[in-house]
Amino acid sequence: MSKRSRTHVTCTVNGDEVDFLASDDTSLLDALRDELGLTGAKEGCGTGDCGACSVLVDGRVNCSCLMFAPEAEGTDIVTVEGIAEGDQLHPLQQTFLEGAALQCGICTPGFLVSAKALLDENPDPTETEIRYALAGNLCRCTGYDKIVRSVQEAAVQLRGATR
Amino acid sequence: MTVTEDRPSYKWVGTRPIRHDGYDKVVGKARFAADLNLPGQLHAAILRSPHGHARILSIDTSTAEAMPGVKAVVTAADFPALDVGNPEHDVAMNLMARDVVLYVGHALAAVAASTRAEAQAAAAAIEVEYELLPVVLSLDESMADGAPLVNDDNRTAFSGSDEPSNLATVTPLERGDVDGAFEAADLIVEREFDTAWVHQGYIEPHACVVDVGADGKADIWASSQGHFRVRSQTAAVLGWDTARVKVTPAEIGGGFGGKTTIYLEPVAARLSEKSGRPVKITMSRDEVLRATGPAPASKARIRIAATNDGELTAIDGWIGYAVGCTNDMAGFIGAMSVASYRFPNLKLEAVAALTNTPKSAAYRAPSAPQAAFAIESVIDEIAQLLEMDPIDLRLKNAVVEGDPTAMGSPHPRIGFVECLEAIRDSDHYRSPVPEGTARGVGSGFWFNIGEQSSATVNLNEDGTATVITGSPDIGGSRASMALMAAEELGIDVYRITPVVADTESVGFTDVTEGSRATFATGMAVVNACRELIDQLKTRAATILGVEADAVDWVDGAAVAEDKDPLPLADITAKAKSTGGPLTVTASLNAGGAGPSFAVHCCDVAVDEETGQVTVLRYTTAQDAGTAIHPSYVEGQMQGGTAQGIGWALNEEYVYDDDGTMLNASFLDYRVPVASDLPMIETIIVEVPNPAHPYGVRGVGETGIVPPMATIANAVSRATGARLTSLPMSPPKVLAVLDDR
Repeated sequence: MSKRSRTHVTCTVNGDEVDFLASDDTSLLDALRDELGLTGAKEGCGTGDCGACSVLVDGRVNCSCLMFAPEAEGTDIVTVEGIAEGDQLHPLQQTFLEGAALQCGICTPGFLVSAKALLDENPDPTETEIRYALAGNLCRCTGYDKIVRSVQEAAVQLRGATR
Repeated sequence: MTVTEDRPSYKWVGTRPIRHDGYDKVVGKARFAADLNLPGQLHAAILRSPHGHARILSIDTSTAEAMPGVKAVVTAADFPALDVGNPEHDVAMNLMARDVVLYVGHALAAVAASTRAEAQAAAAAIEVEYELLPVVLSLDESMADGAPLVNDDNRTAFSGSDEPSNLATVTPLERGDVDGAFEAADLIVEREFDTAWVHQGYIEPHACVVDVGADGKADIWASSQGHFRVRSQTAAVLGWDTARVKVTPAEIGGGFGGKTTIYLEPVAARLSEKSGRPVKITMSRDEVLRATGPAPASKARIRIAATNDGELTAIDGWIGYAVGCTNDMAGFIGAMSVASYRFPNLKLEAVAALTNTPKSAAYRAPSAPQAAFAIESVIDEIAQLLEMDPIDLRLKNAVVEGDPTAMGSPHPRIGFVECLEAIRDSDHYRSPVPEGTARGVGSGFWFNIGEQSSATVNLNEDGTATVITGSPDIGGSRASMALMAAEELGIDVYRITPVVADTESVGFTDVTEGSRATFATGMAVVNACRELIDQLKTRAATILGVEADAVDWVDGAAVAEDKDPLPLADITAKAKSTGGPLTVTASLNAGGAGPSFAVHCCDVAVDEETGQVTVLRYTTAQDAGTAIHPSYVEGQMQGGTAQGIGWALNEEYVYDDDGTMLNASFLDYRVPVASDLPMIETIIVEVPNPAHPYGVRGVGETGIVPPMATIANAVSRATGARLTSLPMSPPKVLAVLDDR
């Protein structure tokens, strides 16, 4: 078996233009973690069922384990590492901390990304809308209660900030 | 909401600071097991059995070894054959099959190569010849007369017999006159129950990186519930001295009991030794479901006698656990789980038997949920038949301090009655049951354990402190350690850095199990702080020029008559001139872990057309003794409840006749998602544990015990049908509704 050819991929990740080489069957998740050293997105299943690898691609939530890295060509990607603005945590990050919305923390990056996508789209979601928006992210520690409440609190803060 | 007995007022204990390790976890910086990569690192893949039970006639690795990128291949021949009596025999056999594979997914070879794809391709090219053996998949098959042996090495524990057997344990318990009590009973309810295999379902798959140096020492980076156990098990499996192994704990992405044992580390170590390179192994979700964990499936028959005024006079029961391919204490532990009620007459037999399925692992209050599902369902049915309030019935029979446990020894101070009263008096229970729904209650408890812990507390030059322990932080324990240290030392919680150190940087600490970390490791932290305070007072006496016994420690400062208070930082600044560094290590084998009881209440709706059960409202009351960080106590209560709801309604292993799991993904093994659940209201009950300096009881496990019966009891009241088989999935519910 010879080494497979690799594609040169150029995209924007967390505001920085980056490039890397990836074979055709490399997932975006593996490229982020192994080529770019962004290990915030996690692999919990590799089959798009747990959401721990969630990233924003052109503003939409994607399971990065289900996307081939070459498909990222020309896209704008945001990972959990890109949610804070400088040393200022995003309100979701702050409310997750204050609301004890994480226990082990392995699912937290995916939840933050999915919740950010929700609040970017819908600044005043109902509890049910939050629960459905986050239904693609599995958490086994919290029972979701404190996650949902933290998203509600962040939504209040964000609405206050933009009013 | 918290129900609190009179207790001292604390400045830090019971507050809710942001956890110290939280910041790295919300910005993606926290390093979990799979996040570390070392220069020159190889990736490994494991070949697993496609058969449920087979003799390995030959393994030919020659093709694999010649494939591109392959640097090392190992099989059981690369590990010492441990005696059957060796405590780690089953762990060794499970992580690399020798002669026989015992379940689909059993590891039998591993390959290290330059890339994961190369390792996987080479593993697939290993040629194995098997002779198929009979597969035993259920408790009934395992216990049938003339059943084929699951595992020739198994002997029934405590039996004294040297005959191979499918039985793991048989635990009979008896007290009083059970036959007489049933003859005299006004009411007898008897039911049979069964529950499915379920997985702990931690989101982080098992992973490790191991680097064996030129000196032969293994440096292991892994996620586990106890890195000292990773060290001891790895050393035992490799036949090494313990001191050859260093384990650095990665952040752990969930364990729930499933990461109290090892699957990968010795394999990676041997591959690293053979290749001279660091080796990383990460499991796929498919491997996690097929080859790690699960909790035993179970069957039970429970018969309870009662008087017309609701006194439970006798219990007669049998409960069996299917524990997978090796011996396991599930049955023995399950026998203890009937200790919630007085039952003056009791006859119980708990058994565990082997099956050709993965070696089971602890799962949050292991064995108790299965037993509580059966017993709490029968008790609820008695309340229905007597037309008694189910909480009043429980209050009438609930154990209190001094009542016997199942094993006969007296309960210490416990808070079962207080939890029942908390639910009885809750907004939820006092509210009318909404139209179209029904309400159920259930209870449960877990004994908790103490075990060994160590803690080192270093006071730094500027008066900050470092608290070093060996208990991995699974859900906020670093914050709890810091809070207890802040309370003792009288300094701000953020002046304290809590650290979980590697096996060479802190004293021995047992694995985190039995809800022991905040209780036992917390006690070691408190002991170390108290010894430090003695030293601080001595140092202060020197600085102030008074006798040592004239100094008190008040609110973070040394206080002596006619002197200004001397704050901690002023003493640490003078450490050099008053005797040197201020550091104390405390270690202990903690006794007196107090049992934690919980009572749950839920409202459900049952769709009679589809059989779908929806949980609409849920409240849990649990005795935490003293909640050190209430947010994370609530989190344990909520998390255990959610897992219990999954166990009750969705989760089960589905096997085909050959023992192949048919639903080995999170798509098909469906754990609850956010849209499946309501908010989970919590009532922390605080009945302090007299054996802990702050009254702590472990809270990690109890929450998973009551939900199955709580939901089944609500379904019964919604439909008039008693669900006795878990999960209560729509097809099963529909079948029971059709039989009404």
